[in-house]
Amino acid sequence: MNAIILSAAFGVVMMLCSFLIKNKSNFRHIASVALLILLIGNIADTYGYTFFAIDTHGMLQFNRFGLLFNSIAIGSTLLYVLLTGKEIENAGMHVAEYFTLILFVLCGVTLLSAYNNLLTLFLGIEIMSIPLYILTGSDKRNMKSNEAALKYFLMGSFSTGLMLMGIALTYGGTGTFSLEVVRNAPNMYKGLVSFLEILGLLFLLVSMAFKVSAAPFHFWTPDVYDGAPSVFTSFMATIVKAAGFIAFIKLCAVRMAETESVVDWKMIYAIIIVATLLVGNITAVFQQSVKRMLAYSSIAQAGFMLFTLISLNDMAYEGILLYSAAYSLATIGIFAVLVKMKDYTFDGYNGLAKTQPVLAATNTVFLLSLSGIPLTAGFFAKYYMLAAVVKTGNYTWLVITGVLFAAVSVYYYFRVIQAMYFKEGNAETTTIVPSFKYGLIALAAIIILLGIFPTLLLRWLYF
Amino acid sequence: MSEIPLTHILFVSTALFFIGMYGLFTRRNMITMLMAVELMLNSVNINFVAFNKYLFPENLDGVFFTIFIITIAAAEAAVAIAIIINLYRSHHSIDVEDATEMKW
Repeated sequence: MNAIILSAAFGVVMMLCSFLIKNKSNFRHIASVALLILLIGNIADTYGYTFFAIDTHGMLQFNRFGLLFNSIAIGSTLLYVLLTGKEIENAGMHVAEYFTLILFVLCGVTLLSAYNNLLTLFLGIEIMSIPLYILTGSDKRNMKSNEAALKYFLMGSFSTGLMLMGIALTYGGTGTFSLEVVRNAPNMYKGLVSFLEILGLLFLLVSMAFKVSAAPFHFWTPDVYDGAPSVFTSFMATIVKAAGFIAFIKLCAVRMAETESVVDWKMIYAIIIVATLLVGNITAVFQQSVKRMLAYSSIAQAGFMLFTLISLNDMAYEGILLYSAAYSLATIGIFAVLVKMKDYTFDGYNGLAKTQPVLAATNTVFLLSLSGIPLTAGFFAKYYMLAAVVKTGNYTWLVITGVLFAAVSVYYYFRVIQAMYFKEGNAETTTIVPSFKYGLIALAAIIILLGIFPTLLLRWLYF
Repeated sequence: MSEIPLTHILFVSTALFFIGMYGLFTRRNMITMLMAVELMLNSVNINFVAFNKYLFPENLDGVFFTIFIITIAAAEAAVAIAIIINLYRSHHSIDVEDATEMKW
């Protein structure tokens, strides 16, 4: 509860700051402090100190899993603001508003990690999405940014429409919005009612697949991620996406699982996973721009996160938390380096190791983590995901597919490393301040630390 | 005179929903596309009220949900209009076909 209320309150405070404070560079310091307080508030919540005692009538349900995810999301955002705050200032005219919108997005994220009712699911998704449409279009003079905002809005509102239709139909089928349904359906429309529920769940599945950009509903992702200002792509591709997964998983674990006897949901998930892995990895291979490659790689990583839907056991829950931490941190790091580059193509990275050795070295760690090489957090994240599926005893073919596509992904991640270290060239960057380098080194250290001791993060689930 | 059965109302709302979806996919004018989205959201409102009235009249869950939908739809429309105005300033047109800086 702390995180939800504090993030909304700090959002309003940031908004007021835009009138009161004239100096632009103060805003990111205020935002960092706000995020730090938010993080502390959330950790206090984890230990049982709730500052706000509000009875939500079971619409929100706080558990360790959700609270730990909040900590990961807020912590990643804090690191993101610390690393790329300077670029957020340069993204456009209205600096304070960008931080406001980021805090509002976090409010949606925290709502999604705690929802226990389809109404709060809908509100969380919308509170998360609407600020993002604005952030995507924040570079007002840039045609690409405008176009990306338009596409994002159209696709987002379309999937909202599908989600609402799904919620309406499941409401017709069960008479309640709560996730756990007490079934006492009226007799008058018995056949219609169960049909409605299944149809509604299918609509919900499609709309959630839209939100997490799983194939075949991924087509908006590359354009939106490519067109949006790079700093905000970084935020969209990491924290927001991970929150979408948390919501998706909860929906599947509770609501879909109840109708397992009627529809073979796991088969549908398996098909979505294979399609997502295929589209994401294969298309990423052919990209020339690193930014666009990262957009496709985020689709590919989505495929891995979707493995949770198949297994849905304790290991999978640990895995998704580890995965969202590893993926968010690594992608934030890569984007932090990317926004400093003058040229976003692979060739733009040529010879970066000579001009900026620290940037090249840390970027290598982030890329290794994304491709799942041991000793980085990405390895254990992928290991947990796949091992959880193996534990269920079925779907071994899916695990093999996953491993094969992980091998494919190594190709396009290593292309960047190859460009940085083994190609001649003169990679141009904007001015790099020493504190930025220290930030990157700290981020790389966290990733390696998590890669050696994943329990550092996971022990927060059980204490 | 007998009451109108639930299925009639569901037919209307489903038809509206798919008219909205059809409009979203075929129209190229952004204002019309926005209207199509609103049509989809409002057809859902009809669904909620109808289910509430016919199947679960003992509490008002469905009716309250429509209020949330109307509020969110207003917020979405505000953002959408801002995006459209911005696009009009840069492209001098509100046809989505003209906004093709990036390839799909």
